[in-house]
Amino acid sequence: MSEFQSKGQRFVALCMLGLVLFNYPILALFNVSGTVLGVPVLYAYLFVAWAALIALMVIVAETVD
Amino acid sequence: MLHGTAIIFTSFAYLGLLFAIAYFADKRADAGRSVIASPYIYSLSLAVYATAWTFYGSVGRAASDGIGFLPIYIGPTLMIALWWVVLRKILRISKQNRITSLADFIASRYGKSALLGGLVTIIAIIGILPYISLQLKAVSNSFTILVQYPEIIMPITVGETPAREDTALWVAMILAAFTIAFGTRHLDVAEHHQGMVAAIAFESLVKLLAFLAVGVFVTFGIYNGFGDLFARAAAVPKLRAMMTPLEGVAGGYANWVWLTILSMMAIMFLPRQFQVAVVENVDEKHLSKAIWLFPVYMLAINIFVLPIAFGGLLRFPDGTVDADTFVLTLPMAEKHELLALLVFIGGLSAATGMIIVETIALSTMVCNDLVMPVLLRLRGLRLNERPDLTRLLLGIRRGAIVLILILGYLYFRLAGEAYALVSIGLISFAAVAQFAPAILGGIFWKGGTRAGALWGLSAGFGIWLYTLLLPAIARSGWLPGSLLDDGPFGIALLRPLQLFGLAGLDSISHAMIWSMIANVGAYILVSLSASPNADEHRQASVFVDVFRHTGEAGGARFWRGTASVPDLYSLLARFLGTAAADGAFVEYASAKGLAWPDPALLADAGLVHYVEVQLAGAIGGASARIMVASVVKEETLTIEEVRDILDEASQVVVYSHRLEQKSHELEAATAELREANERLKELDRLKDDFVSTVTHELRTPLTSIRAFTEILLDDPEVELGQRKKFLGIITKETERLTRLINQVLDLAKIESGNAEWAETDVDLKDVISDTLGAMGQVFKERNIEVAVHLPDKVPLVTADLDRMIQVMLNLLSNAAKFCDAGNGRVEISLVERGASLQVDVRDNGRGISPEHQTEIFSKFHQVGDTLTDKPHGSGLGLHISRQIIEHFGGRLWVESDLGCGACFSFTVPTRVSARAGYTSVPSPIGASE
Repeated sequence: MSEFQSKGQRFVALCMLGLVLFNYPILALFNVSGTVLGVPVLYAYLFVAWAALIALMVIVAETVD
Repeated sequence: MLHGTAIIFTSFAYLGLLFAIAYFADKRADAGRSVIASPYIYSLSLAVYATAWTFYGSVGRAASDGIGFLPIYIGPTLMIALWWVVLRKILRISKQNRITSLADFIASRYGKSALLGGLVTIIAIIGILPYISLQLKAVSNSFTILVQYPEIIMPITVGETPAREDTALWVAMILAAFTIAFGTRHLDVAEHHQGMVAAIAFESLVKLLAFLAVGVFVTFGIYNGFGDLFARAAAVPKLRAMMTPLEGVAGGYANWVWLTILSMMAIMFLPRQFQVAVVENVDEKHLSKAIWLFPVYMLAINIFVLPIAFGGLLRFPDGTVDADTFVLTLPMAEKHELLALLVFIGGLSAATGMIIVETIALSTMVCNDLVMPVLLRLRGLRLNERPDLTRLLLGIRRGAIVLILILGYLYFRLAGEAYALVSIGLISFAAVAQFAPAILGGIFWKGGTRAGALWGLSAGFGIWLYTLLLPAIARSGWLPGSLLDDGPFGIALLRPLQLFGLAGLDSISHAMIWSMIANVGAYILVSLSASPNADEHRQASVFVDVFRHTGEAGGARFWRGTASVPDLYSLLARFLGTAAADGAFVEYASAKGLAWPDPALLADAGLVHYVEVQLAGAIGGASARIMVASVVKEETLTIEEVRDILDEASQVVVYSHRLEQKSHELEAATAELREANERLKELDRLKDDFVSTVTHELRTPLTSIRAFTEILLDDPEVELGQRKKFLGIITKETERLTRLINQVLDLAKIESGNAEWAETDVDLKDVISDTLGAMGQVFKERNIEVAVHLPDKVPLVTADLDRMIQVMLNLLSNAAKFCDAGNGRVEISLVERGASLQVDVRDNGRGISPEHQTEIFSKFHQVGDTLTDKPHGSGLGLHISRQIIEHFGGRLWVESDLGCGACFSFTVPTRVSARAGYTSVPSPIGASE
């Protein structure tokens, strides 16, 4: 049970991280004109942050026992 | 060339392939070699979330407000992070209670309420039916556009097509056939449709590949990568403004947040998502891979949405081409026939996948939560007396599938291009989001009641109807527009899109705010206003505490009554067929270690619960309850009794924890006791030995004393010389007796720890010389040469002087006793070894054999044959000496070879302070070492 709880807690923490990353005001910081490697800043941020969140989910799902 | 016939042929070939895959997977499942028992297939089947609305509509939405489509996929990612906590619990509950639909889940949670199940089913149908129509429309539109190739003409300008050429109708019919074939093949208590799941997973792969192909083509084929594409788009002022779309729009962030929340609900509570994620799940363990694989899928299918949207806007700047069709029209405009065909197939797969799963999920709900509860209540039908109801159940489901698809098609034909259809995706999301409070509240909060769920759902759904569906219908021109502008009866506060004056949000956020306030508010307030009844209380415990009560017996605790095995068996057989019923009973009996049929099988609470759960898999929890209640005599539990059982259960858990702890303690104590007992037994044996040896030792001198006294007493004529000799013996034996008794007393004192030790600083040199002085006469008498090696100065030791002399005397008298008779020699030496002093007493007697070297230190042991040799001592001396030396932290041992004499040595640790003082004046020996 404790194993699941600790895994569950990490996932809940990831969800909260996501809620912060994809919400005002963090989102507003990237809502500016300009580009990163040719991609508009907001688009680049959203996809990179999304990918990073999924990467963290991979780590928690596959490694935490 | 793309002819209509070629497209139709490809479509049929694709659908044929789906049938083949599903057929193959079902055959494999029947053979027990499931193809869907893999986390990858499970993850792909979850991607049924991405419908034609995603495939075509994401680009359309992106073309109008840039990044605004993304929360629909980011929201689910956030929700999936919670799946380990939420979905795992729902999965466990559903498996334990054989829950086969969303409606069944809610109905079961709130006391197996048929009314609640029915309400959920109706909400789901009203909310989802237009969504199914949208898929049909997407297929129909994409076909119409593709057929015009190489022209690009929007379907709205093509006009009515004759029914014969109506793709939507054909697709609906084929899908009805597919769904009936693979969704209602037989009644399965677990409601697994392996063939269907395999086909859906395949479709998910096809639509992803098709979309990625277009994305790569647009980004790298038409343009030179992302940078080039975005740079060209940025040159157009209107498109440039879309790149920071969250600025300036009123409520921009609020809309974003609400869309995220809405999608978080949708990924869990869309009937098709519940179907693939919960009902079709074959192994809970698949979850840990799906938790990240499915988000990866969503990320992948979204990467090219913006490039395609901008590409389309750049390619068709005049707005004549609907942005929803860019995915298809861009390859067409670039004259890429095959890619266009692939896109069409991708869109077809997205649409058909959604329709198939949604239809199965809805048909299960309609059958189990809408039709069956009504039929079972209609006594006129005498359903209870029909021997086999499996055909009826399958018939109802097949009918429901056909009906749902017909309704979806009719809605599409009637609503056509109306607003009510175009915006339906999110409106459907908002409808199913109404299930969230009842489900999430239901699995984490025991206080939620049936009435609370009913009121919450009704209120939320009512607001949804008023603020989303009504405006959609009004905008389609079927209701007067004044309803939206002025409010009903001219009451401005009640305007559906600005309810109570709330303005500045898009319609979805607006509806979500009001419906959630109403839904959650009613759910909590009504739940708190009245206590739950016994059924609700029981189910709340079964759901919320699902991880505490393992096994299906969790619900059996609450049942009291009488039943008969044949009744239960025939009930199950009527709904599942005899084969499945036999299987179920065999499984139950073998779990109890019995055969089936076996008269020993009891119709107890466990069996009744088991049958009810099996039945619930086929006809839903509410109906199963009614049916089981019809064949058993059940005692109705009062709310107090249910509470008692729950309290008992929780107390039992606490007690068993305590009991376990106690038993652990007890085990430890028992082990200690056993050990102590062993020690006591050993001591007892030693004591017995000791007593018998002591008595024996006492008797020997006593016997000789008595014998000589008797001689002297009986015969007064004994001559003087003889008499003297006898009296001498008597005196010697008495001395021996005294010595023995003293030593026994001494030993008793030492061993019991009562001995008095006068600890002082002792100089071992003095001890040795004092002892030699006392023993001098003895050595002289026996003509023994004594050699002494003493250093000039040795550190002091802490010991009892008299005791040390006692040890020394013992060793010297032993040496004197066992010395070579004629040519005796005893060597005594004192050396300093590390932190202790060592004394060696070496004799040149016959030595001690190795097997005796340890024995001589035990009590009453005397070397030599006790029968022939006269004992030379009590046998206690060495034992006592060792006790004394060990008391002062030293060691006493012997080294000897037979025939070469023996060397008794002992060490005593030096006093630390004395040693510190001594080192300033090193001894010659210490220096030489």
